[in-house]
Amino acid sequence: MAGENSGLVIKPMDQFQVKALFGGDVNWYTPTNVTLWMALTILAATALMVYGARGRALVPNRGQSAAEMTYGFIYKMVEDVAGKDAVRFFPHIFTLFMFVFFANILGLIPFAFTTTSHIAVTAVLALTVFFSVTALGFILHGTKFLGLFWISSAPLALRPVLALIELISYCVRPVSHSIRLAGAMMAGHAVAKVFAGFTAAMGAAFFLPILAVTALYALELLVAVIQAYVFTILTCVYLKDALHPSH
Amino acid sequence: MADNAASGPGMPQLDITTFSNQIFWLVVAMVVLYFIMSRMALPRIAAVLADRRGTITSDIAIAEELKLKAQAAEEAYRKALAEARAEAGRIIEAAKVEMQVELDGQMAKAEAEIAARTAESERRIREIRDSAMDMVSDVSKDATKDILELFGAKVDARSVNAAVAARLKGGA
Repeated sequence: MAGENSGLVIKPMDQFQVKALFGGDVNWYTPTNVTLWMALTILAATALMVYGARGRALVPNRGQSAAEMTYGFIYKMVEDVAGKDAVRFFPHIFTLFMFVFFANILGLIPFAFTTTSHIAVTAVLALTVFFSVTALGFILHGTKFLGLFWISSAPLALRPVLALIELISYCVRPVSHSIRLAGAMMAGHAVAKVFAGFTAAMGAAFFLPILAVTALYALELLVAVIQAYVFTILTCVYLKDALHPSH
Repeated sequence: MADNAASGPGMPQLDITTFSNQIFWLVVAMVVLYFIMSRMALPRIAAVLADRRGTITSDIAIAEELKLKAQAAEEAYRKALAEARAEAGRIIEAAKVEMQVELDGQMAKAEAEIAARTAESERRIREIRDSAMDMVSDVSKDATKDILELFGAKVDARSVNAAVAARLKGGA
């Protein structure tokens, strides 16, 4: 086994490659593994929220309970974090949560492709949130929305400085929003792959990397759920700023 | 693990050539998912939740109503019971009075009868005693006459009778 060292090439990043499903070049319209796993994400979300809740029973069964709890969890989050008037954006936020949640979870299946591990995907999501929320703020409050950056409780001399800091932190939001999710997903999957690669190289101690991967998997499951939660709650926080810009 | 020329040495995430593909499919996926969620899943679940809330509220209201009814029924029952008890008490009282009256009447009647019988008995006893006394005096007179005749004395019936009567009276 030690002799096979030359054959041991761990390529932890290969799992993130975008490949055409039916061969050929990857054009913008080509069905790729991105297409497949996004479709599966939609399928999983639909299975939970439509198929699971199909009974419409007064006393829900397990599937319906899960769907209702998910609904209630996000609804309460939107209401608590972004305020009661943010409830009209609940379907949007719910869609976002469902997508990120199931993309993260499905990505944990061995040989799966994690769509949310790509910065292109999370950046589009985060930028959509950023521009929608900013536009909403200006539509609802006009120039008063800029009061978000003008901290009236601070001393007058400090206000321009604070406004600059606030503006920068506001514009950095989509960056942190998207890189947090993609980074967490990518790092976890890459580490899992590296440990899995060690299994062949460790010889008799092959069980150590397997134990490590098992532990890592549990952690990654937690990370997948938490990152979906964090992505959604940050969206709610940004939405709150747009709806109620005064500090 | 055949090396893909496109993968290059770095991160596939930074491969700009795949961005348009990812973004296109992401937009498609998000639009599809949004319509499934907002048109099918969420209204359905919202309806179920609202339905349940309505059912629970109305059930609680019905339960409240039934509770009030039960309380009213209990109240009525207690009242009826108290009335029945009072009525029973009245009836018992009336019956007692009636019985007392009848008893008194019967007692009076019985006492009167007893008195009448006692008087009758006393009268008869007196008669018997009187007749017995008469017989005693007759026997005494006859015996006295016979004794006197036996001694050979002349018997004056009237004087003997008077003497015996006097003796009897004095001896009695």
